[in-house]
Amino acid sequence: MTVAALNSNPAPAILPGSGGVRGSLSDLFWRRPKLLLLLMLLPPVLWLGIVYIGSLFALLLQSFFSIDEFSGLINRQFTLKTYGDLLQAANLDIILRTVTMAALVTFVSAIIAFPIAYYAARYARGRWKALFYLGIMLPLWSSYLVKIYAWKLILAKEGILTWLLAKLHLLWLLDGWLSLPVVGGNSLSVSSTGTFIVFVYVWLPFMILPVQAALERVPGNLVEASSDLGASPGQTFRNVLFPLALPGIVAGSIFTFSLTLGDYIIPQIIGTSRLFIGQAVYSQQGTAGNIPLAAAFTVVPIVIMGFYLWGAKRMGAFDAL
Amino acid sequence: MRSDGSSSAPLGLKVAAACGLLFLHLPILLIFIYAFTTEERSFVWPPPGLTTQWFAVTWNRPDVWEALSLSVRVAAISTLVALVLGTLCAAAVSRTRFFGRETISLLVILPIALPGIITGIALRSAFSLAEIPFSFWTIVLGHATFCVVVVYNNAVARLRRTSGSMIEASMDLGADGFQTFRHVVLPNIATALLAGGMLAFALSFDEVIVTTFTAGQQQTLPIWMLEELIRPRQRPVTNVVAMVVVLVTLLPILVAYYLTQNGDQIAGSGK
Repeated sequence: MTVAALNSNPAPAILPGSGGVRGSLSDLFWRRPKLLLLLMLLPPVLWLGIVYIGSLFALLLQSFFSIDEFSGLINRQFTLKTYGDLLQAANLDIILRTVTMAALVTFVSAIIAFPIAYYAARYARGRWKALFYLGIMLPLWSSYLVKIYAWKLILAKEGILTWLLAKLHLLWLLDGWLSLPVVGGNSLSVSSTGTFIVFVYVWLPFMILPVQAALERVPGNLVEASSDLGASPGQTFRNVLFPLALPGIVAGSIFTFSLTLGDYIIPQIIGTSRLFIGQAVYSQQGTAGNIPLAAAFTVVPIVIMGFYLWGAKRMGAFDAL
Repeated sequence: MRSDGSSSAPLGLKVAAACGLLFLHLPILLIFIYAFTTEERSFVWPPPGLTTQWFAVTWNRPDVWEALSLSVRVAAISTLVALVLGTLCAAAVSRTRFFGRETISLLVILPIALPGIITGIALRSAFSLAEIPFSFWTIVLGHATFCVVVVYNNAVARLRRTSGSMIEASMDLGADGFQTFRHVVLPNIATALLAGGMLAFALSFDEVIVTTFTAGQQQTLPIWMLEELIRPRQRPVTNVVAMVVVLVTLLPILVAYYLTQNGDQIAGSGK
């Protein structure tokens, strides 16, 4: 490509020094590469530092402010009162519910992701490999809201899932499930089962990719050696494949866990009226106007993810990213 | 590794992988069918009839056009900012080793690694502390911040493959720094930048979580859709918009895929 670009632009073999401001600038950068480096780094670091890190600090700062219950105005004095509010039973309930959901979603995503990742890593070749890759990439990049909308269509009472189950004479199964406490509800689109399914669907590609990356690095003859030595497929999986894929699974779980912790749109559109952390943050900053409490709430996923990342790092998950 | 590929997968694995892929794709295909349904009030399946009239209805809706135009403008400007910042950062990180190099990579990745709601509320509280009113530019500020990482990832992967000796050769032949950049570096990384730009555009075009915190009363297309999802007004129009959004976001991904196909860490894995 470079050669072509040079050929199409015939120039003397040795270009004359260009002189002028541009020439001396170029010479300056050549003599002082550090200056050039500094100039290159300055815009992105300033942008991210001011816009992003600055905002994060603003957020942290806000969480130490408090709201005046009578006037609804924000009192800009340092206090731990907001964190005290955070520890009310209702709020702890929200945090527990969100973390449980995140753990379940992560677990089930890993189970569904593994066969896809394993097939793509070990058996798919050539055209099939490309097909698998696009088959994971296209849903990953499809519009987030459209994916949720699609599930609203599927899970609606009059939707395709009920229709399918009716055709299979399995409606009793759905009705039985919906009559259960906690997981059930009026219809799937207003139950926590629905929320769970959509979470798994939307974050699944984030699990497949790192697991596949980890499995790509497992040499095929390792699996063959295991079966040559008399291991059953189940034993090979438990003792060879799974331990080698684990860093990939942990890497994927960082995404599924963190994304579930922070999401507020999925449980709002498909699910019950019981809140998740994201929804609590959103309603506190919006309708309630209590930005300090919203800020304190966001500190919860940051702390959880901090511990999670620390644990993941110890398991070597970052090498699989 | 000799026996790799000669063996074929056990049936159970094939079925599980196929079911997984179907699970990923069928819901999106369903959107395409619903765009043609004659049913207005509910999501009934199977559709009672098929029609194309909702495309015309959607075409004549000014609110859809306004939201679309805002989304496209935001995505275009954010992509431009992300291209400049991401390329600069990638060039600096890949050419030299310096103190704090790892920190820079972390800084770039952080906006996408932390949940969107944190980025969103952080920006919102910064705006409120600094008393900045919501505008077109507050949306761009948020979007550009998390778009930098996709451009950066693509550019870094390509620069790592570009050999440094070519730049030295160019300098030896008398080209100054700017000429080297124009004739040697740029042609080498152009497709990677194009791919990164496409992905950044798709990311920004689709973003809703951060946008709800930085948009105020303005409606981008995803915010328009969110409104429709929470308080449906005209379901068939939503169906059509959903289908169009799928098509608009898929095209850049396919193009980016073909641009970076040979050998690079392929675009998109870094969403």
